Amino acid sequence: MKKKKFSDLKESVIKAFFFTNGILTVMILASIFALLLFTSIPAFREIDLKEFFTSHQWNPTSPVKEHYGILSMVASTFMVSLGAMIIAIPIGIGTASYLSDVAHWKVREIVKPIVEILAGIPSVVIGFLGIILFGPILAKIFGTSNGLNAINGSLLLAIMALPTIVSISEDSLSAVPKTYSDASLALGANRWQTLVRVKLPASLSGIIAAVMLGMGRAIGETMTVLMATGNAPAFPRGFLSSIRTMTATIAIELGEVPYYSTHYYALFAVGFVLFLITFIVNLLSDVILNKYQEREQ
Amino acid sequence: MKGKKLFLIGTLLLGFIFASGTVYSAKRMIQIKGSDTIVNLVQILSEEFMAINPGKAIAVMGGGSGTGIAALINGTCDIANHSRPMKSKEKKLCEEKRVVPRTFIIAIDGLSVIVHKDNPLKEMIMEKIGAIYRGDITNWKEVGGPDMPISLYGRQSNSGTFVFFQEHVLGKQDYSPQMKRMNGNAQIVEGVIQDKAGIGYVGVGYVIDIKTRKVRNDLTVLNVAKNAESKAYSPMDKAAVDSGDYPVARPLFQSTNGKPKGNVALFIKFINSPEGQKIVEREGFFPIGKDIIADNFKNMK
Repeated sequence: MKKKKFSDLKESVIKAFFFTNGILTVMILASIFALLLFTSIPAFREIDLKEFFTSHQWNPTSPVKEHYGILSMVASTFMVSLGAMIIAIPIGIGTASYLSDVAHWKVREIVKPIVEILAGIPSVVIGFLGIILFGPILAKIFGTSNGLNAINGSLLLAIMALPTIVSISEDSLSAVPKTYSDASLALGANRWQTLVRVKLPASLSGIIAAVMLGMGRAIGETMTVLMATGNAPAFPRGFLSSIRTMTATIAIELGEVPYYSTHYYALFAVGFVLFLITFIVNLLSDVILNKYQEREQ
Repeated sequence: MKGKKLFLIGTLLLGFIFASGTVYSAKRMIQIKGSDTIVNLVQILSEEFMAINPGKAIAVMGGGSGTGIAALINGTCDIANHSRPMKSKEKKLCEEKRVVPRTFIIAIDGLSVIVHKDNPLKEMIMEKIGAIYRGDITNWKEVGGPDMPISLYGRQSNSGTFVFFQEHVLGKQDYSPQMKRMNGNAQIVEGVIQDKAGIGYVGVGYVIDIKTRKVRNDLTVLNVAKNAESKAYSPMDKAAVDSGDYPVARPLFQSTNGKPKGNVALFIKFINSPEGQKIVEREGFFPIGKDIIADNFKNMK
């Protein structure tokens, strides 16, 4: 009898422990959200909301007139991230298909870990590559005087997003039941048709999740874009112009800004907008994932 | 068994407490933070200082003048390096936080305007440089160069050089939004070396080749003239910098909170000594004169 009581107690303690762990993540997210929200609100005592979202001038330390408009950096962030995805998605899915369907298993066992090691390279190192290697090459290819521009940033971010995309896509391609491809091959489809029309659609949810995760990394990446894109705060004229993303702006200016000034609060407001963007990207990927999973069932 | 485990954890905990205790009691390092323009110079000064004063430790970090002054105000460094005087906003913050800064001039810098080595231009008027950086002049042909859009390189707003240049060359106007905001002097040099249409501004210490102690041959340092009537001088011309004929020369500063004490005072004395100033000269900057040294010593008391 006594023993039973003890094990009940043990049970409930363990239950409480895991519940706290589970709720902790939610709490952290909620408090970051609250912190960002409440620290950005004071910014709008002095900044016009309309100016904040529609002006393309950001110049809080101007000796003439301060401007707080985030349009240029939002556009810049989207430009590099989309550019990175345009480069990384075909290469990533191609690599994943090769690894899961074409490569000999020995090759896969060697190549996949190598691709994953790529994820471990510090972003500073990749940014450095952008300055000394990609910059001059891009300048030569496009005939511009320098290579510190949006394409450079996109290329580097694509490299950084590749391991995520390849690894998760390959996992979900391998997870497609063997009966699917067996059936397809038995019906007379060749391997190409099996891959493109059966296996890829079957693993689409995993691939979309992979792409979204890669995109999330690209949007939030700071050091690489800070080093390679030139950081000109002007509104981007195209992929060949220097740009400054939201992350770079926060990283550059938060170190020096006097605490509790409008500029300080405005940087938190930028962070809040960035948080909302990544939140929406993640939410969308979740919704898409769920939809496909429902259809499969 | 259980007793053994407890014992083990106990000893580990005790070990941690003792270890952290010794860390706290260890001798404090001098923390220096700030201007990227003089971070290399102060690094070398501190290495030489540590070589002749074994057992004294100095850590030098960059980050920009604004970062250094902010750190001094927040109490996270002993000496702030800065390449511009303190702003009135910063002085006010000092008062609020009860920080009493003492400022010393440690070297003189001829701020150098650099262009790509293929650029035929050799000299320029201050006004034109200002117009280029404001974005009023956007093509090299407007100032007598080749027909190419100008590619601007500058620093970020936490840089003292950024602020100094804005006040003295741009006439307190905004920089062009097309200017690439680089992380440090070395990055500007790197950018301009690779960019045929580039123009940048850096501390004179960064255009000197470390090995040969001469001007780097992979870029052109422009001679700068005050106005259309006056002659253009090189930032390497010591006499012109001293007399003020070179128009963008400036003092480089170090600040402490209150009267420098102990090792901090020893280090500042070392910089003001003939050996210290010899290092300043070797690194491409200009030594401070007798008057400034006398002022510095007066300021230490």
